[in-house]
Amino acid sequence: MLDTAASSSSGPSPAPAPSGDGTLLSVENLHVHFRTSVGIVRAVEGVSFTVKRGEVVAIVGESGSGKSVSALAVMRLLPRRSAIVPQGRVMFEGRDLLGLDDEAMREIRGRHISMIFQEPMTSLNPVLSIGLQITEPLQIHLGMDEAAAQARAVELMKLVGIPDAERRLGQYPHQFSGGMRQRVMIAIGLACNPKLIIADEPTTALDVTIQAQILELMKDLSRRLNIALIVITHNLGVVARYADRVIVMYGGRLAEQGAAEAVFHRPRHPYTMGLLRSVPRLDRPRGLKLETIEGLPPNLAHAPPGCRFAPRCPYRIAACESEPALMPTDTGGLSRCVRVPEIISGAINWTSGMVAGAGAAADKRVTPLLSVRRLTKHFPVKVGLRGKKAFVRAVEDVSFDIYPGETLGLVGESGCGKTTVGRLILRLEDATSGQIQFEGRDLVAASSADLQAVRRKVQVIFQDPYSSLNPRMTVGQIVGEPLHVHRIMTEAERQKARVGELLNQVGLRPELAERYPHQLSGGQRQRVGIARALAMEPSFIVCDEAVSALDVSIQGQIINLLEDLQRELGVAYLFIAHDLAVVRHISMRVVVMYLGRVMEIADRDTIYREPLHPYTKLLLDAAPVPDPTIEKARAPRLIQGELPSPLAPPAGCVFHTRCPMASDECKAAIPAVREIKPGHFAACIKV
Amino acid sequence: MTAIASPAEVPVQRRPRPVVVEFMRQQPLGAASFVVIVAMMFAGIFAEWVAPYDPLNIDFAGILAPPSWEHLTGTDAFGRDTFSRIIYGARTALIIGFCSSLIGSTLGLLLGASCAYFGGRVDMIIQRFVDIMLAFPIIVLALVVVAVLGKWQVLGIDVNLIFAIAIPIVPNVTRIVRAAALSVRAMPYIDAARAAGYSHARIIGRHMLPNLMAPYLIMLTAYIAQAILLEASLSFLGLGVAEPTPAWGLMLSGNASDFFAEAPWMALFPGIAISLAVFAFSLFGDALRDWLDPKFKT
Repeated sequence: MLDTAASSSSGPSPAPAPSGDGTLLSVENLHVHFRTSVGIVRAVEGVSFTVKRGEVVAIVGESGSGKSVSALAVMRLLPRRSAIVPQGRVMFEGRDLLGLDDEAMREIRGRHISMIFQEPMTSLNPVLSIGLQITEPLQIHLGMDEAAAQARAVELMKLVGIPDAERRLGQYPHQFSGGMRQRVMIAIGLACNPKLIIADEPTTALDVTIQAQILELMKDLSRRLNIALIVITHNLGVVARYADRVIVMYGGRLAEQGAAEAVFHRPRHPYTMGLLRSVPRLDRPRGLKLETIEGLPPNLAHAPPGCRFAPRCPYRIAACESEPALMPTDTGGLSRCVRVPEIISGAINWTSGMVAGAGAAADKRVTPLLSVRRLTKHFPVKVGLRGKKAFVRAVEDVSFDIYPGETLGLVGESGCGKTTVGRLILRLEDATSGQIQFEGRDLVAASSADLQAVRRKVQVIFQDPYSSLNPRMTVGQIVGEPLHVHRIMTEAERQKARVGELLNQVGLRPELAERYPHQLSGGQRQRVGIARALAMEPSFIVCDEAVSALDVSIQGQIINLLEDLQRELGVAYLFIAHDLAVVRHISMRVVVMYLGRVMEIADRDTIYREPLHPYTKLLLDAAPVPDPTIEKARAPRLIQGELPSPLAPPAGCVFHTRCPMASDECKAAIPAVREIKPGHFAACIKV
Repeated sequence: MTAIASPAEVPVQRRPRPVVVEFMRQQPLGAASFVVIVAMMFAGIFAEWVAPYDPLNIDFAGILAPPSWEHLTGTDAFGRDTFSRIIYGARTALIIGFCSSLIGSTLGLLLGASCAYFGGRVDMIIQRFVDIMLAFPIIVLALVVVAVLGKWQVLGIDVNLIFAIAIPIVPNVTRIVRAAALSVRAMPYIDAARAAGYSHARIIGRHMLPNLMAPYLIMLTAYIAQAILLEASLSFLGLGVAEPTPAWGLMLSGNASDFFAEAPWMALFPGIAISLAVFAFSLFGDALRDWLDPKFKT
């Protein structure tokens, strides 16, 4: 263990590098344990890495891999009562942070190392003005007086690209959008000129276009101010865009580390290889089937000895049962795999054992299963003290068709109305106007008796596998309830058999019927949600962000499952998502929405190859691709500005405020959705 | 069959310690109050065997006797053993306290869940009604109900009293349950149930109520304490349990106040019993709330 710690410093010299070579932070053999009711959980085991001045290091891993815990340990922000650091050193400029007293540590935090958290909505204090929150660290750490701190705050706001800084200092967090709040968080992080910023999932909660802006800003600031950056993320595209070096963590251990180019192009650990293969990618031709890493991440409360990844690794051998050491690779990195020499020689190459099956084929343009016409939904809200009524125009004049056995992707940023469209089809909300024809019935006008029959045919899978299952019911009760309520099957015996069959169909063992949702993992819960939807034998399922809450390796499994089910059962999907790569993988046709309106509709390949609408083009540009070579080469083409309020959408084309092609005509009239080429519709006067 | 192999199961969690042991470790005060509640229930149920004397037995030879080994808490103006009367009083307190809290909390649970589920006009009407009820102090509301219902006994239990105490509890519970139910209502599994075409009754009964059990149980125990206090207050005011039935509030009133200077034990010990019971149920309710709230669990 000790020699691996030493070898983690770059270069062949076996001795730990002195801090003269530009090393800012060096974490050596760090262990973190948590005391829990199920025993000791070893969240981080023997992790070592270094960060040089001005370097951008990304820590990648799935939930529970120990990536955030390692960062919190560096900041000494772990919960005192349950977390223990039994071993390890965190050297920062020659001092061991783990040995400092609280007073000295406070001096480091914010002054020399600052942290940016994931949720810009909750990491700012809602009752303090933005100005106060930015000037606070300046006054505490640098002893600035009020006026100097104010001046510096204005300077910082300008630095992070917040316009009208003087006036906005007096405002409160709720007056800022999500992207703007994250900029404020970055300004606070930068306030005292820190040498290191740790950013924990800094863009995960943001939309693609805003994410691109923030990423660009952080990268630029790090270069200009020579600040070292540790970025913790699960998004491989973000890593490719940012990082000089990548650390891949799995099951509390460092699996692989190396230069970004090396890790992405020549991964030297089977987990990294699998991870890179299991994400749908915009930069590669669409494969017929996603390759996945089978199984589930290890439970760290009682992990078996040996390689953590071995149970899921297709190349495990007997030697994997003993502890693998970190081995230097040919690419100048490190990999914790006993078979590194074989990987280097190319003898091991992640190939999926699965035969690429034929893609599900939609019924050839017969009558649409579901057709949405001029669908509109306005939510009334009261504005101001006098309670004047205003309307949030969530969905505005949306029309599209879904054919039997087809998957229609519906993409857009948050607030574009895509989820509302799904809820209107399910009649969880009542439409303001428009029609939804399903099997000859108009769902908008259907009586509750008519709906009862339709409900069996139209089902839903939700985003959050944690809250979409009733915690007080067993899996068997959840999946079996529709059979019983709709009298599909009345005898208990047959019901039970059918539940077993359904669980089997979604890749779960029938014994799981006895379990409660909290006893399952996220991926298993999502499978239960799918089984519940299938119980009624629907012909159409609304998948509302059905895979976005899942870890990368689990996401691939669920996408494949949905595709398999479609092939077997001929069910049609409306696949609502914000992840363009996932939508491209699963959909046959794609609808792009912006601010409640349809911007573009086309076949999947057409829309990704030759997008017509400027919004679609910019959206595709903004999405980071997991390839550092592409990411570093391309010039950022960013969508400027923020999403306008749906309370008062811009006149004319709703996109004109952010569109690079916009002219005065765009402000004059709302462009109609026109068929520009056969089957390719766009709402823009410029194409 | 799908090509995906079954993912390995999550290992079954280690069998946790028995609930009672875990509760005692984490909520020692709650456990202590639970012991008091059990003692009180024991005394109430087995009063015939626990009490040393017949609580109704009048003995003019030994009136106003101070506490002694013979009469642990002394005797009253009729020479009745106050200790036995306190033991029998526990029965009255528990029956009335438990029944009224159960009825009041359950009605509140159903109303609160309905408000949150249906929303709109149903919510509006019920909540305005609750507003009106909440405008009156509980004791005043109870007095009104007692006055309206009059005397109404079934098997020697004052049913009018139970309702008089239950009804003022309803609006309070409705408010709190509604708040909790609103967050349950917003959960995707309720949307999933609606999308599956289940009936309103089924969604409320099968999907919402089980998830509202924590606030319900807490309110139930907390209001037992309130109900016991209310029963004592009503009895003290002469509108509750009638003489000669042993009841704690009743023992405080009447000639206990007349003889306060000569025989303070007549009021002191029933007072202690009331305080102890209210204290125990309140603490137990608090402990239960913390215990059931996942945020308090490590």
